This record gives sequence, C-alpha cells and structure tokens, in this order.
Amino acid sequence: MILPGHLRSLAKVTGEVRVEAAGGPGEPVTIGAVLDAIEQRFPVLRGAIRDYGAGPRRPFVRFFACEQDLSHDPPTTEVPGPVAEGREPFLVVGSISGG
Amino acid sequence: MTGVRVLVGTRKGAFVLTADGTRHDWQVAGPFFPGWEIYHVSGSSVDPNRLWASQTSGWFGQQIQRSDDGGATWEPVGHEFAYTGDPGTHQFFDGTPRPWAFSRVWHLEPSPTDPDVVWAGVEDAALFRSSDAGASWQELPALREYKGSQWAPGAGGMCLHTIKLDPTTPDRMFVAISAAGAFRTDDGGQSWKPINNGLNSGHLPDQDAEIGHCVHRLALHPAKPSTLYMQKHWDVMRTDDAGDNWYEISGNLPTDFGFVVDVHAHEPDTVYVIPITSDEFHVPMDGKLRVYRSRTGGNEWEALTTGLPQSDCYVNVLRDAMAVDSLDECGLYFGTTGGQVYASADAGDSWAPIVRDLPPVLSVEVQTLR
Repeated sequence: MILPGHLRSLAKVTGEVRVEAAGGPGEPVTIGAVLDAIEQRFPVLRGAIRDYGAGPRRPFVRFFACEQDLSHDPPTTEVPGPVAEGREPFLVVGSISGG
Repeated sequence: MTGVRVLVGTRKGAFVLTADGTRHDWQVAGPFFPGWEIYHVSGSSVDPNRLWASQTSGWFGQQIQRSDDGGATWEPVGHEFAYTGDPGTHQFFDGTPRPWAFSRVWHLEPSPTDPDVVWAGVEDAALFRSSDAGASWQELPALREYKGSQWAPGAGGMCLHTIKLDPTTPDRMFVAISAAGAFRTDDGGQSWKPINNGLNSGHLPDQDAEIGHCVHRLALHPAKPSTLYMQKHWDVMRTDDAGDNWYEISGNLPTDFGFVVDVHAHEPDTVYVIPITSDEFHVPMDGKLRVYRSRTGGNEWEALTTGLPQSDCYVNVLRDAMAVDSLDECGLYFGTTGGQVYASADAGDSWAPIVRDLPPVLSVEVQTLR
C-alpha cells in the first residue's frame, strides 16, 4: 500500500507498507480486506480512511490500483491480481479539493 | 523555575511557546502535526506535563494527541467519538432536519483534579468524557437530548466550543454551543438546563426562547464561579446566579460583537474582550486592534492599545484564542487569524508579539509553570 503523507505521519512509516490481506492461500483479496489489514496493523488509521467500524470511505479519500479508480467499488470488490500478489501497490489518495 | 507555556492551535499545526516569568524572551517550538488543523491544545493543571491536542482534517478525520512531557513528544490516543444511541436529526440552516454527524473536536477541557480525565466539546454539538487518559471517549447524552432536534448550527458549525468547570462545586459544569446557547449541569452531566434567560438575539423571533442563542464564549473566575461573563454574537453579558439570569454589560464598548472574553487571574471583576466590528465584518473597528478591559465587572471599559497595531489591522480573534496566566502580575495572550500571538506581562497595559507569522490561530491556552 501507499498512504498519503498525513497518514504516513500518523502511522509513523515511510514509503510503501506491506500488509497480509487474505485469510489464507487462495482466498480473494478484497478492498475491504486490505483496509481491515491496514487498520489492524495501525489502529491510529481507524476512522481516517473510512468511517469507524468498516464504514463508508471518507468523502475526500480515493483508492487507486493498477491505473484503475476503485473508489466507488463496494468493499467486497477484489483488488487487481498484481496488487493481491504484492507486485503493485494499492494507493490511498487524498483527493484534490480546494483552490 | 517560574515560567509560562503558551499552547497555540492553528490551521496548519500546533506550536508551543515558552518563556520564563519575565515573559520577555520566547522560545518557539513547532509546528507539531504540520498541515493538520489543530482546533485546541490544552494542559492539565494537575500534571502540567500532560497536554492534549485536537488534530483534525477534512480529509482524514479526527485524532487526539497526548503529550506526557510538556509537548516535546506526542502520541495518538483514542479518537472514536460515537454518539450514544441513534442521535436522530437537528435543524439545518434551511430549516430541514439533518442527521447528527460527528466532524471534529473543538475544545478539550482537562479535569482540575484527575490527569486521566478530560472533557471534549465536539461538532455536531455534544459533550464527551474520557476517564482513561484518552484511550476511549463516552458521550454525556443528556445534554444533546435537551431539545437537540431543535438545535441549529451557527455559521462556524454546530459546535460545543466552551466547557467551564466550577472548581467549588465538582458536579457543576457550564457549556456553550453555537447556536443552541448556554447550558448548565448540577449533577455531573446527568441532566442539563438551558441558561439563556435575559439574552436578546436579533436572529430569533422570540426573545424568551430557551435555546437558539448564539453564545460565542463564556468565562468565569474560580474564586467567584457563580459570576460568568459571556461574549454573545452581539452583546457582552454577565450573570451573578450561575446563569439563571443574564444582564448586559456592554456599556461604552465601541461595538459589542466579538468572540473572546476572559477574566483576570487575581481580580474576579476585571474582564477582557476584543471588540470586532460586526457579524458582517469580522475585523477590528477602524483597523485598530484593541483589547478592552473593565475593572468593574463590565459597563465601564478602557481601550488597551500600547503595542498593538492601531492602523491597517484587519485580523480576527477567534473564540478560543485568548488566555490568562496566573503569575503574580497576570499575563494575557491572544492569537489572531493573521498568525500573530500577542502577550502582555502587565495585565494588558502593554503588549508585544511573541510570533508574527504563524498560520491562522484557532486557539490559545497558557500554563503557568512553578
């Protein structure tokens, strides 16, 4: 995963973050599972990407992966294969808003 | 060593300003949490090394940070503010019902007796309390349940921005909400009563309305806690019976619109306000930044101008951006939307900027260190 700068500061990490997002080999890796995994590893991020309790995505946050915008896809959507395999990042992006 | 620590929240981070008791030479630390809106930074009087900061963002929501070393280092603590039960709806600007939704913490009020206890005033307006040093937060829902479905936001949001604890009566607390009004509890928050009798608000059709008054700020002196001062949207007000009845003390102020009000640390009848032109023009009158002081508990006010800009000054001073220290000669502090933090080491007679170019200042608190 690649987090925006403010969330990297909160989580006290730099660069990419690797998380285990599947329950086991062969199980699908979904957007929801990725978010569950990052929140479990960094509880400070709960409520910062999506509302508390696996709620909806915060309005000014976007999800990109493999040049696709997954922001409006339901959390049960599987992430692209290269992301699930750890070869491409799942990007959490703070959207541009303001002048 | 005697000194002061000024805690400044800004639109783009927090700053900690320190000086010895002379309050002449200042050290500036920060920004902490750069890029985040810091609505409030406050310190425990029981354990002065324990500080709290409300860190918030339109993108990434709310965080609460705690420092246990006087602001040198910080750690995030619990930041889930869940209303009790289904909060239902409140009124919106257009008169339609709007679902209650948490957006940010405006004010953090540490307990004067227990360093692990702190209250939080939030938007949409509600009062929360933590008794485990910030790990978790619980709402005191009886406040919101007092006709909350009829509350409506002010222009800055429907925020609970002021929390005042009565040091002589532990179960008594005062809060103020824009634009619901002021409320008091005498049983530790189990029940509340609106305390808005005597307020006149031009935006309300009924001047006797229990709620809906736009209270900007409350202040009290710990030695005289039944006397409160209020800067309302318009009018500076006073009560001598813990809010049961208010009367106007605007007196000779050039305008009685404003945001801040505070009380001298050692003189319960010495009050300070910073008049702002009007609700349509949120800047000082005539480009002159003037603090007004009353030594008579109101009505008779004198302008304090020495060291403050007296031409071409068009900043605002927001409701949580004034504080007093309790050194022998009371010090005063306020921050502006232009990024200046001014200090007076002589009860307001003269002023000097500590810093001039911070981001817009949202809040100022001060700790007196002995």
